[in-house]
Amino acid sequence: MSQTTTSPALPARAADMAEPSRLGNRLFEGLTFVSAMMIGVLFLLVAYVLIDGARLAMSQYGWEFLTNTHWNPVTDNYGALPFIFGTVVTSAIALIIAVPLSIGTAIFLTDLAPLRLRQPLTSIIEMLAAVPSVIWGLWGLFVLLPWLHDYPYTWVSKHLSGIPLVAGPIQGAGACIMSAGIIVAIMILPIVTSVSREILRSVPDLQREAAYGLGATRWEVTRIAVLSYARRGLMGAAVLGLGRALGETMAVTMVVGNSPKINASLLQPGWTLASVIANQFGEAATDIQRSVLFEIGLVLVCVTILVNIGALLLIKSIDGPGSRRA
Amino acid sequence: MLTRYDKYRKLKSGFMSALAVFCAILVVLPLILVFFYLLKMGVSSLSWDFITQLPKPAGEEGGGMANAIVGTLELMGLALVMGVPIGLLGGIYLAEYGGGKTNAWIRFGADVLNGVPSIVWGMVGYILAVVPMGGFSAFSGGLALAFIMVPLVLRTTEEVLVLVPSGYREAASALGIPRWKITYHIVLRTAFKGIVTGVLLALGRVAGETAPILFTALGSNVWNNSIKEPIAALPIQIYYYALSSFPDQNNQAWAGALVLIILVFLLSATVRFLTSRRSKI
Repeated sequence: MSQTTTSPALPARAADMAEPSRLGNRLFEGLTFVSAMMIGVLFLLVAYVLIDGARLAMSQYGWEFLTNTHWNPVTDNYGALPFIFGTVVTSAIALIIAVPLSIGTAIFLTDLAPLRLRQPLTSIIEMLAAVPSVIWGLWGLFVLLPWLHDYPYTWVSKHLSGIPLVAGPIQGAGACIMSAGIIVAIMILPIVTSVSREILRSVPDLQREAAYGLGATRWEVTRIAVLSYARRGLMGAAVLGLGRALGETMAVTMVVGNSPKINASLLQPGWTLASVIANQFGEAATDIQRSVLFEIGLVLVCVTILVNIGALLLIKSIDGPGSRRA
Repeated sequence: MLTRYDKYRKLKSGFMSALAVFCAILVVLPLILVFFYLLKMGVSSLSWDFITQLPKPAGEEGGGMANAIVGTLELMGLALVMGVPIGLLGGIYLAEYGGGKTNAWIRFGADVLNGVPSIVWGMVGYILAVVPMGGFSAFSGGLALAFIMVPLVLRTTEEVLVLVPSGYREAASALGIPRWKITYHIVLRTAFKGIVTGVLLALGRVAGETAPILFTALGSNVWNNSIKEPIAALPIQIYYYALSSFPDQNNQAWAGALVLIILVFLLSATVRFLTSRRSKI
């Protein structure tokens, strides 16, 4: 998220210098231009592959595909709703857990932590981001799930089983929508924290000093001068986290239970858009089955791209003068 | 003179600070737990055989992931060869050429691409490489990973190139050196460490990716002899062994995870080493 080339004190670039054109220059610039254009090409590739792949499914099922709740490979009756549902619910759980924790940590890192603690803590959070998805899945499967199953889930199903949201019976291994939400929350913590931290650092110190000058306590400074100033940016951080949560694949596949059902209870297994592709694409036996998975990929990409664009716009909007980021 | 209300405000402030500390502890906790279990479960399953032997058939004790370790390195190499030149040159274009509007769009496009779920790159790799080549291959796995690397390398390269002082370019230009030579010999040379850092970060990211290579590289139980054949990789092996019903394979999944995380952290330690040495570029 660092400042790039928008400031007026930009270093002179090769292109701005008057110079006779030479073949080498032209070739080199052309080469770099083509490479930069690969970004556009990659977009076209994704669009082409997914739309072309999904064509069969789209002509067969039409828009009804998005609202059909059935998933039956035997009768070739396919609908995406269970996966849309699973993706939305796991991402919502992840956001509810991760966003307050991340913002709290970001506040700690920018305004509260002793100076010599800030760098090591930031490094630790970067390390958290570097742990591959499949390792979170492994840990989730063998450590987190058994624990969740033995303590919180068992307790809940004993005392609160009347509430549909947490109705049992809990699955043997503890694989369910809730577990997937928790794992995804852990996985998006680093990105939401580091973006929130950047956002809070961009709040001008003058804001804080003015609030302190009025006699505000530490928390009042944070609430009045920092958080309200950074609201849009923090929302951007949360939306960016949402984008990551929607697309999280391997760890979810390993803990969500992989069952194409829509269930009111968070303690029942489900499935998500990304994890059904990971799970089924390799073994898709028929053209229509493969095509359906491409259409699911198309839905996933459209949603994540829109969410990411929203996040980037929100985050960009708060860069101002006087911030510590410049 | 503190009124009761002031005391309440102070108390509330203290409480909120404590809450922030609590949040930070909760965020760090999963990392500590993952490391603890990786060491606890991984070290006991890690052995000389594990890093030198091929996998044994399911149900048989012993065997290792030697082919997956080499396979992961090979896939990283392929992704590097295919993805880095494009990302690097694209980053040069953004920093040295191009107009403001175009560049803003490319930059934005790269940021959006970074958020595309990695499984989608697997599907793209499948259609572009697996289908035309008639089978799963190391090449298609490398290609899928290269797609992920391009926008990452492009953005980090641009970010370090704009830090190169403009005086360097102007001085070289005054000597009549062609623009491309200035870029190649002076700008890239100056920013070399920063560029390597960006490439290593991107490599660290793709080293642990599972979803894009699941149906491109496929995984394998034997050594890979050609980039046209399926290849084993640590993340794929960890995934299948974690879901296996044989406890011996579960243990090997932990050992594989330990090796993978060591690989990823070696890369990020190198990054830290490179970036800690004074200059920013």
